[in-house]
Amino acid sequence: MVEVIDHDVVIVGSGLAGLRTAAEVMSAPRGKAPTLGLVSKLALMRSHSVAAEGGTAAVLYPELGDSLELHAWDTIKGSDFLADQDSVWKFVTLCPDEMRQLERWGMPWSRKEDGRIAQRPFGGHSYDRATFAQDKVGFFEMRTLYDKLQEFDGWSRYEEAFVTSLVIQDGTFRGCTAIDMKSGRFVFFRSRACVIATGGAGQLWKFTATSVSTTGDGIWLAYQAGLPIEDMEFMQFHPTGLIPTGILITEGARGEGGHLLNSKGERFMERYAPSKMELSPRDVVSRSIMKEIAEGRGLKDEDSGLSYVHLDLRHLGREKIDSKLPFIKELSMKFVGLDPVDEPIPIKPTAHYTMGGIPVDDNGRVIGGGSREVKGLWAAGETACVSIHGANRLGSNSTAECLVYGRVVGKDIVRFLASEADAAEGASSMVAEEETRVFDGLLKNESSDDDVYAIKARLKEVMDKSVYVFREEAGLAEAVREVKALKEKFKGVRATDGGRQFNYNLQDVLEVGGMLELAEVVARGALNRTESRGGHSRLDYPQRDDANWLKHTLASRTDGGPRFSSVPVRITMWKPVERKY
Amino acid sequence: MALDKLVLEVLRSGGKKARYELKFRKGMTVLDALVEVRERQDPSLAYRHSCRMGICGSCGMNIQGIPRLACQTQVSSLGKDVVKVEPLHGMSVIKDLVVDIDPFLSMHTFVKPYLIREDLAERDGSDREYRVLSDEVARFLQFDYCIMCALCYSACPTVALDPDYLGPQAMAQAYRYMADPRDEGWDARINLLDRAHGVWRCHVAGSCSFVCPKDVDPAKAIQMARVEVLKKRVLRRTAKAGSPLVNPAPAGAAKQGTRAPPFDFKEGGRG
Repeated sequence: MVEVIDHDVVIVGSGLAGLRTAAEVMSAPRGKAPTLGLVSKLALMRSHSVAAEGGTAAVLYPELGDSLELHAWDTIKGSDFLADQDSVWKFVTLCPDEMRQLERWGMPWSRKEDGRIAQRPFGGHSYDRATFAQDKVGFFEMRTLYDKLQEFDGWSRYEEAFVTSLVIQDGTFRGCTAIDMKSGRFVFFRSRACVIATGGAGQLWKFTATSVSTTGDGIWLAYQAGLPIEDMEFMQFHPTGLIPTGILITEGARGEGGHLLNSKGERFMERYAPSKMELSPRDVVSRSIMKEIAEGRGLKDEDSGLSYVHLDLRHLGREKIDSKLPFIKELSMKFVGLDPVDEPIPIKPTAHYTMGGIPVDDNGRVIGGGSREVKGLWAAGETACVSIHGANRLGSNSTAECLVYGRVVGKDIVRFLASEADAAEGASSMVAEEETRVFDGLLKNESSDDDVYAIKARLKEVMDKSVYVFREEAGLAEAVREVKALKEKFKGVRATDGGRQFNYNLQDVLEVGGMLELAEVVARGALNRTESRGGHSRLDYPQRDDANWLKHTLASRTDGGPRFSSVPVRITMWKPVERKY
Repeated sequence: MALDKLVLEVLRSGGKKARYELKFRKGMTVLDALVEVRERQDPSLAYRHSCRMGICGSCGMNIQGIPRLACQTQVSSLGKDVVKVEPLHGMSVIKDLVVDIDPFLSMHTFVKPYLIREDLAERDGSDREYRVLSDEVARFLQFDYCIMCALCYSACPTVALDPDYLGPQAMAQAYRYMADPRDEGWDARINLLDRAHGVWRCHVAGSCSFVCPKDVDPAKAIQMARVEVLKKRVLRRTAKAGSPLVNPAPAGAAKQGTRAPPFDFKEGGRG
């Protein structure tokens, strides 16, 4: 029997966007707060948002020289003009309030001398507007929101529950199905409103900054439910991933004055971006690093075989590193055994952020086919594509997006529930079908024709090799063929662990199935887009091509693979110009 | 020590010890070894993990007799070619290395771990910011490093004897908010700590601070909280932080703005 759990609102995902949405929903006036279920495949506070390090963008002190216009312009230029400009404007206007709301909820922001909130420089921003708390910004934001939620009654936590499908009937959201990992039971979360806030898909790559949990589940859930997903070919490779694992060394390290050096000890950014240097946007810096390596000015780690360059913080001195970048020091010492006070850090670009995702409107409502909303379904954070990041996100705009849209979505849901009287109804046949797919199809066989972990490992190799910082036709075509072949192999995969409680093997199978489909969308989207824009850089098409490609990609699932279409970019403030730094 | 292979000995559900032989590679963590076991040898092995970088708090387990994070424990640092891994002690096991941390989390919730202000409209609905100096942040920041991994809770000998004991993590979090100049919840929290299962039950074993992977030093927080409790008994005190600035403040207004008075024990506290 499927257990049915009823709530007004279910939030899938417990990172920054999910927690901020929850805090907003629970802040509804007393007596009017909806009942809320917070569902996550992780325990709360384990989400990847805790790994965000450097800062959160906001115009806090316009009286000192920053402005909303400047934040919007930096973001749009950073996006290589693929961002929807009206949405960017709304976003930048809401950022400052969020910094101050967190402040009033206990966030330990680092401070200026006069006790006001401190901000640091960040790549692609023309003003010091990355609001920070040492170099653990996402972590402290998560702590602040988690702690804030402890003040409320009326919400329930469903931790370690893996959502397997969205149930949508006649354009209306009905609920989602999940495996409760603790008990192994199949559960139907029935609700009138649902928010998908499950983060990005960085785990499609091997060399990645993201948590092992960042497998793109929510994006796949929408795709699998027949909804289009947007701009998936735009992946951000963060310039400074620690060798050999790819874990993140914050852009704040360069914001505080760190240099990038090649094997000759040259600050090579002079060659590529003489005005912004190391604080150019991430796509620019990542390409510069890979060019240095390609032209023989990189270094090589013999154990992992990876090529890299150096991030040098030595000139910052011990005191600055200890006070502003303690986590970077800790990571360097614990994971590669070097102290950045004395030695440069080995780094190379690492898969970091999914610019694309589930297309939503300015209230975070999911846009279905033909620009019609799906009633009762929202997406927020990295899972969503508003699009405010376009082809390349600026550092410190992602945590800001999670907070801003968490609040926006929370408010919109409270409004929606007040005006929508009808209770959620079941969709029992769809739930039963899904239970059969998961338990009869994947679990009960206990033997598998192919090894899910070998398939996952091969997928990551393919993505690292051909769908990385630089791309070209032959490599992408090969990647598409490989991914299709892996999809074929995956059809024979079953969970070999037949247990019910904490069957991570079954969860791995479900994740990898989704990852393969998303990888196909990414690789085919990258093959289709015959231009270079932001994070998508084609060696065979090195120029941006506004005449043909100033548009968002949409991909919809069919039995034969993704079907592609496009929607125009909303240009409301600035016409695209050449992007130079 | 030159390692080329190792044996991972895992205490699994039901009390049986499973031994997995693995090839050692440079930089291998205990988590890497566990991942390799699940992916290559035994997909039924259950353990939690996520970030791989010591910040999400998922992978707490008992390694060579000490509670540690698997992701930041280098196999080579253990100096053994048989690595013994068990679930965190003092917590009920759900499967293999996965334990029930709900009792631990409920203690955290119990101490009201959020900023308490009298003026809720200001806290939840205004556009203001409080002014806090860097040295005031420093008074509580260390205690805010807590990643809720429960290693301290597992290591604490008092938790093992008294299931109602708040434990080092929760008391450190209570103190974190008490030491925050923006907070007005001193009275609400002090009574939660000044009780048999609160600060007085701590035997100052210090094991919490010893195992903490983030240098939170809960033992210190408990001692600081004790001082506060004693002062409550001696002095009748009220706690009221200063009013926040209206934002935006005019440029140059910094010096005139009211800020919360520092949290100073010598002067008998705030107010």
